[in-house]
Amino acid sequence: MQETPVLPKPDALAAGCATCPMNRHLARLGVNVDNWDYVVALAGNPNTGKSTVFNALTGLRQHTGNWPGKTVARAEGGFQFGDKRFKLVDLPGTYSLLASSVDEEIARDFILFGAPDVTVIVADATRLERNLNLVLQILEITDRAVICLNLMDEARRHGLTVDDRRLARDLGVPVVPASARRGEGIHELLQAVHDVATGAIQPRPYRLKTTHNPALDAALEQLTRQVEAAFPGLPNARWVALRLLDGDAAIEQAVRDGSLGDLSRGERPPAPDERLMVAEVSA
Amino acid sequence: MSVQSATPLDVLNAARELRAGLGEDLHDHLSEALYTDAARLADRAVIRPDERPRFDLDRTLDRLLTSRMLGFPIMAALFTLVFWITIAGANVPSSMLATLLVDTIHPALKSGAASLGFPWWLSGVLIDGAYLAMAWVVSVMLPPMAIFFPLFTLLEDFGYLPRVAFNLDRLFSRAGAHGKQSLSMMMGFGCNAAGVVATRVIDSPRERLIAIITNNFAICNGRWPTLIMVSTLFIGTAVPAALAGVISALAVVGIAVLGVIITFIVSWALSRTVLKGEASVFSLELPPYRPPRVLQTLYTSVIDRTLIVLWRAVTMSVPAGIVIWTISNITIGDASLAEHLVSAFNPFGLLLGLNGVILLAYLVAIPANEIIIPTILMLTVLTTGLSGVGSGAGVMFELDSDNAIREILHAGGWTTLTAVNLMLFSLIHNPCSTTILTIYNETKSVKWTAVAALLPLALGFLVTLTTATIARAVGLV
Repeated sequence: MQETPVLPKPDALAAGCATCPMNRHLARLGVNVDNWDYVVALAGNPNTGKSTVFNALTGLRQHTGNWPGKTVARAEGGFQFGDKRFKLVDLPGTYSLLASSVDEEIARDFILFGAPDVTVIVADATRLERNLNLVLQILEITDRAVICLNLMDEARRHGLTVDDRRLARDLGVPVVPASARRGEGIHELLQAVHDVATGAIQPRPYRLKTTHNPALDAALEQLTRQVEAAFPGLPNARWVALRLLDGDAAIEQAVRDGSLGDLSRGERPPAPDERLMVAEVSA
Repeated sequence: MSVQSATPLDVLNAARELRAGLGEDLHDHLSEALYTDAARLADRAVIRPDERPRFDLDRTLDRLLTSRMLGFPIMAALFTLVFWITIAGANVPSSMLATLLVDTIHPALKSGAASLGFPWWLSGVLIDGAYLAMAWVVSVMLPPMAIFFPLFTLLEDFGYLPRVAFNLDRLFSRAGAHGKQSLSMMMGFGCNAAGVVATRVIDSPRERLIAIITNNFAICNGRWPTLIMVSTLFIGTAVPAALAGVISALAVVGIAVLGVIITFIVSWALSRTVLKGEASVFSLELPPYRPPRVLQTLYTSVIDRTLIVLWRAVTMSVPAGIVIWTISNITIGDASLAEHLVSAFNPFGLLLGLNGVILLAYLVAIPANEIIIPTILMLTVLTTGLSGVGSGAGVMFELDSDNAIREILHAGGWTTLTAVNLMLFSLIHNPCSTTILTIYNETKSVKWTAVAALLPLALGFLVTLTTATIARAVGLV
């Protein structure tokens, strides 16, 4: 006797969606981010789907374009995950934090002085090497990072396999494979962000060990000790020393005016200048 | 100097001393170290397929779209196609909207106001001024925008715009401008205010100023409908009907291309004179082509662009409609204020191959270029004393057919030269007030804001004067 397959009724399906853990945990708050528990920065190379990730998390519909330089100003949105409210700040897409263009400066200053609780770095899985340049630079500045390995669907399409576990071990921070356009990996990303923010995960990020230049390494070591002595507790003394050796005017200024001191005492310095505030780009 | 008692100042001094002993190539060493580590880590994590695909679609497309020979022809063909679809597709819905908003709702509102006992000036200012201006803008702008924006967004999502930027980059650097200016110019084709903000990606203040000043030569949303309409009416009708659509589309593309050429010329002139300097080098990433998500694109381009732009046009058209109605109904001596203004502007306008109506319309439309055409029509009817069209002084109206519009403009003394020069002037004139404000916010300089506002205006006068003089000299008009 043939058995009739029992299909759930459409209503039951819809109810199942509504109670799925993914939806129970995530509440998109759009631009309503008045009382947040944690600040999350969203960084990454241009054209890695950063704005798509931003929209997936906040429910906002910032226009996403397939070309670099789309997000020039900082955009903010919010979401609630579990019982915590997060403010998400979308930084301009940049290839590096070394050079001194306005967009790189905005991103760098926010990661350093904005002292976000978590920095999510969106990386393009199909162009991992180039994306890691930025990842490594950000990991020099902050411990509290999560990597969103985006565009995994395209990587698969190109026949690439990315070993996210090995990458996570090597980099010392959580790595979440995702295809933000299809909503894949968003829940896992939220979980990782939540865990790093609450301290459930304590990343130990990869730091450049040597610059392959003995003279520079020696100078760097000496200056790092000085920075550590002047600003005890600073989480990124070596990077600050490196920037000072490179003659970075913004960091010199931060040393002089004491905002670096605030960071070493675990305080968030006053908001950086007006330029960093959200600029409304009228379409 | 002891490490135990380091103060911030000690740190800075130490850094200065140590830096002096390190030489110049520190930056390169750092980048190299980063690249080495990144390459090693990436190599460990990525497993490549054993066999490379024999045919790489992305690379083949890139070779085609950015080729020296075919790059520009493909660009022109694609954009012509987009405009042709827009022009061909927008006619029917436009006239349907006009029938609804103007022929049906407007009389209903008028009789409603009459039965409620509104005084003539109140129903005039609200219904003939504010409402009709809004109705016109909606019926003229909504259909082309609802077609144009999704098409443009599809091209953008596919990844075509960076290829355009790549093609143009060589020309920009030859003009002494930054290659990234091609990106802000692309944004300007949507909205100049957004394009001006987009110049933030340019690091050098000199090149950024050039990009800001020339952004206005990228035709924005507010100007596309004017160009499309004038081109359909005057250029399309000058050729056999079968070709009308294509030729009008080509004329619009021609104006857009002219805008790009003017961008190069002005950039070149600025970088040789007041903004002297070398072009900086930058790397432009050509992102992978991605199959556009059609439905999502339709949704976001309708919500993000079409409705936002339409809303701006509507809010601007209401006060403009009130202004037009008012100046047309305030009489000084034997004529209305509008008629006085038109006759005052007329000699200069005619010298430029335009007329006083057009110049007055551009004055009224500084807040929004979108309302140029309705303003021109209304003022033309008013000053030529045509009867049987419109419904009195200060009424912006929609006519049933394109033919009727052409008849009115002919009665207002329009020739093909007027149409061509209007298209030129629409490309080359001062930016709208939103853009001017944005330029000030970005540059914080009254001087450069004034340059960005007045330079295109002066250039517009010059160009139209030249075409008018040539046309007169060879006896075309």
